[in-house]
Amino acid sequence: MRSKVVLGRLLRNRQARYGGIALILLIALAYIGPYLGAYDWTDKDFLAFLSPPDADHWWGTTSIGQDMYAVTLRGMQKSIVIGLLVALFATGLAALVGAFAGYFGGWVDKVLMWGVDLLLVLPSFLIIAIISPRLRGASWLWFVVLLAAFAWMITSRVVRSMTLSLREREYVQAALYMGIPRWKIILRHIVPNLSSLLIIDATLNVSGAVIGEAALSFFGFGIQPPDVSLGTLIAEGARNATGYPWLFAFPAGLLVLLVLAINLIGDGLRDALDPGSNT
Amino acid sequence: MSILEVRDLTVTFPGGIQAVRGVSYDVAQGEVLGIVGESGSGKSVTSLAIMGLLPQNAVVSGSVKLHGQELLGMEEGELTRVRGKAISMIFQDPLSAFTPVYTIGDQIAEAVRVHQKVGKDKAAKRAVELLDLVGIPHPDVRAKAFPHEFSGGMRQRAMIAMAIANDPDLLICDEPTTALDVTIQAQVLEVLKTAQAETGAGIVMITHDLGVIAGMADRVLVMYAGRPVEQGVVDDIYYRPRMPYTMGLLASIPRVDGEQDTLVPIEGNPPSPAALPPGCPFAPRCPMHIDACDDEEPPLTQIGGGRHVACIRSREIEHKGMTGADVFPVPVIPPSDVARVPREERETVLELDSLVRHYPLMKGAVFKRRVGTVHAVDGITFDIAEGETLALVGESGCGKTTTLQQIMQLTPPQSGRVVVLGKDSSQLDKAARKALRGDLQIVFQDPMAALDPRMPVGDIIAEPLRAHGRKNVSQRVAELLTLVGLAPEHAERYPQQFSGGQRQRIGIARALALEPKLIVLDEPVSALDVSIQAGVINLLEELKNQLGLSYLFVAHDLAVVRHLADRVAVMYLGRIAEIGAVENVYDRPAHPYTQALLSAIPLPDPEMERSRKRILLEGDLPSPADPPSGCRFRTRCPKFARLSEADKQRCVNEEPSVARLARAKDHGAACHYAEEIEVITASENQEEQ
Repeated sequence: MRSKVVLGRLLRNRQARYGGIALILLIALAYIGPYLGAYDWTDKDFLAFLSPPDADHWWGTTSIGQDMYAVTLRGMQKSIVIGLLVALFATGLAALVGAFAGYFGGWVDKVLMWGVDLLLVLPSFLIIAIISPRLRGASWLWFVVLLAAFAWMITSRVVRSMTLSLREREYVQAALYMGIPRWKIILRHIVPNLSSLLIIDATLNVSGAVIGEAALSFFGFGIQPPDVSLGTLIAEGARNATGYPWLFAFPAGLLVLLVLAINLIGDGLRDALDPGSNT
Repeated sequence: MSILEVRDLTVTFPGGIQAVRGVSYDVAQGEVLGIVGESGSGKSVTSLAIMGLLPQNAVVSGSVKLHGQELLGMEEGELTRVRGKAISMIFQDPLSAFTPVYTIGDQIAEAVRVHQKVGKDKAAKRAVELLDLVGIPHPDVRAKAFPHEFSGGMRQRAMIAMAIANDPDLLICDEPTTALDVTIQAQVLEVLKTAQAETGAGIVMITHDLGVIAGMADRVLVMYAGRPVEQGVVDDIYYRPRMPYTMGLLASIPRVDGEQDTLVPIEGNPPSPAALPPGCPFAPRCPMHIDACDDEEPPLTQIGGGRHVACIRSREIEHKGMTGADVFPVPVIPPSDVARVPREERETVLELDSLVRHYPLMKGAVFKRRVGTVHAVDGITFDIAEGETLALVGESGCGKTTTLQQIMQLTPPQSGRVVVLGKDSSQLDKAARKALRGDLQIVFQDPMAALDPRMPVGDIIAEPLRAHGRKNVSQRVAELLTLVGLAPEHAERYPQQFSGGQRQRIGIARALALEPKLIVLDEPVSALDVSIQAGVINLLEELKNQLGLSYLFVAHDLAVVRHLADRVAVMYLGRIAEIGAVENVYDRPAHPYTQALLSAIPLPDPEMERSRKRILLEGDLPSPADPPSGCRFRTRCPKFARLSEADKQRCVNEEPSVARLARAKDHGAACHYAEEIEVITASENQEEQ
């Protein structure tokens, strides 16, 4: 019943519809777009270094003659997947850990929060520096896991404190008296009532992950040259943003569009889940 | 000579929401004007508008004159001099009306110094005098206490002391006793009467409790949808109402004297102030509705004897001498089959045997040590037979909720036994406990808090069904919604799209989903307006008879209990003071506490209110962390005070247990000197029986 009602409300929400269409278009651009361009992302045009956008190279070229259009779209394929997965993992983990700690209290709470505090005080780049040599050549999914592993702690503390107040609500007690197992109560009553916070957190995490991934590749981890991602492109392009704006503007613009689309969907989802809003 | 003249006062909030639409009244010196109405009728907004306390964005028009001086549009500085000096206000929630960081004495002294040129020491002395006047024991010591150290009743007294500090001409009391227990309410109302006698002020008393108004007011103004619909002398309004709304309101209140058999609910809900019907705002709910009612809103017209009524059919009502019972259809509730079987032969669905629940009182941040014990429930025993309603009544802090939690948790109690449907809770394994939950369900007090706001109603009701693996869930949900008087289409809506009464019906539907045998009702109607409350009470009664349910009904409202319960157990400080059949306990209470409790309840009957003698209790409920030795009630007991020294010793040393009274079959009291007396005059139809 709830999923049907929420989906109906989501589809009726104009913001969410626009966001959804924009996201589909962006994904289409990332995966179908490369076939439309004249160049492959590995091609190098030795006749055009750092040339501004023109009819041949739609979005210009890089300093080694790569076609920006092809390279950016190649980068975006990775970034969309990484961004969405990291946001999903990080927020999901934050919600689960926070809600379980808050709801069960006692030693469960102590152990989980001790873990959270530990992760908060450990410098994340140090750990990544230690782990990364071992994972060289491993699947990019590890990369998502690592990114997510350092992005959820603060949210989970917030979730925990909100759960502490939700736990005392009568509808949570009512569910308990109905004979519903505790883990189900958490998933069915507590997490949905935190959805406003979680959705905002998830949308923020998407852009955070895309940018954060660039920082990690600096440590020689994640996306390695010659392969590219939006994050590495933005990091590189930012250095020459004034002189050769196309190097920066296209990847950055696509990231903004991506985050905007996800924000719109997130807002729509929040409204759809929140019975107080009139849509 | 009237002190306050209100003429055609209207208040509009942004978005065109007309909260108050043309209120006019006068208050004379020493007069008490009662304003009654359900929530959202604009009664509080009216008084805030008079005080000039509404937010900036509210548009107020009309005229409010105090001693002939116009208050609306007065400059803030000037208004401040009037506020608190000439007009004072007493709020509903006495905790939030005091600043927690200053002592009570300082705050009262401050109120004095703001308006009078007196020295600090003199103001402090005046504060102590005022506290003494409102009956606070050891006022000189208590003046130095902080608000949180005062109990609810004491805070409200202090609030009254503050309000009368400057000898105001007008006191506005906005639901002054709604947050208080009945025995405390009786004390506070007494104090208000003293305060009025002392200052000679006029009082505007705003409340939804028709009993309080009956005892206090000289004149009554009934409000509905932001407008006065009837105005007149208190006796006229109560005995000869001329507006169908007033009639319905009076017919829907449960009475503690057992006057009526079935409560008469007013169908439907009050209109939203943003979407008022074109004609009379009450027309959609009115059984006397005719086409002419929809044409235009009837004005408040005088019908003689200083009475004003806003109803086009008032003359007809007057002429035919109609009463609430004539106008509103009395619902028929089918009788129960189970009730015909004698109680002894029925199955016992719930049995509590000297149940105990103590909470440790801990101190210290790092190393917690036990500094005491809260005796929340201290050995209570009762049982409920099939098809029976047992009401557990008592004031806040007496252990009702703890008892209920102990039953609902189905875990082994600290001491004693909880037996549900023949199964001892201490011998249940996980599967048996879950299975038993299907037979034991609960309806909570606050219908908003008890329903997950993020779940559609259909899911809420389906939840217990799915948890217990039932089939045909959606069909059953539709069935349940129809059973409680809602439509199956409502399943897709969220709880907040429903009104309070409807939400409570959803809560009841959820409790009924698993076809339980016993339902625990935790104050199921106390959060609802009277006209809505009657409908829910009738529904509960009907469901009980139809489905053969048993109820454990927890309440503080003794009038509702009289209506719904077969047996009643009165609790005081974690123990049962008196238990027995409703007729026995209400008509011949034997425990001094029950007597005081019953005599404290205001009756919606001005004549009876005037002639009644109240048994007023002294002080507040003692802390359950440190209950008195022997009989727990002795510190407040009016009977104890009258006993000889030798007799008193027994109360101090020996804790009384519930003993069956000789005369009655089902009646027991925990008092060494129990003596049955009549506190409430039995109504006529009761005597006939």
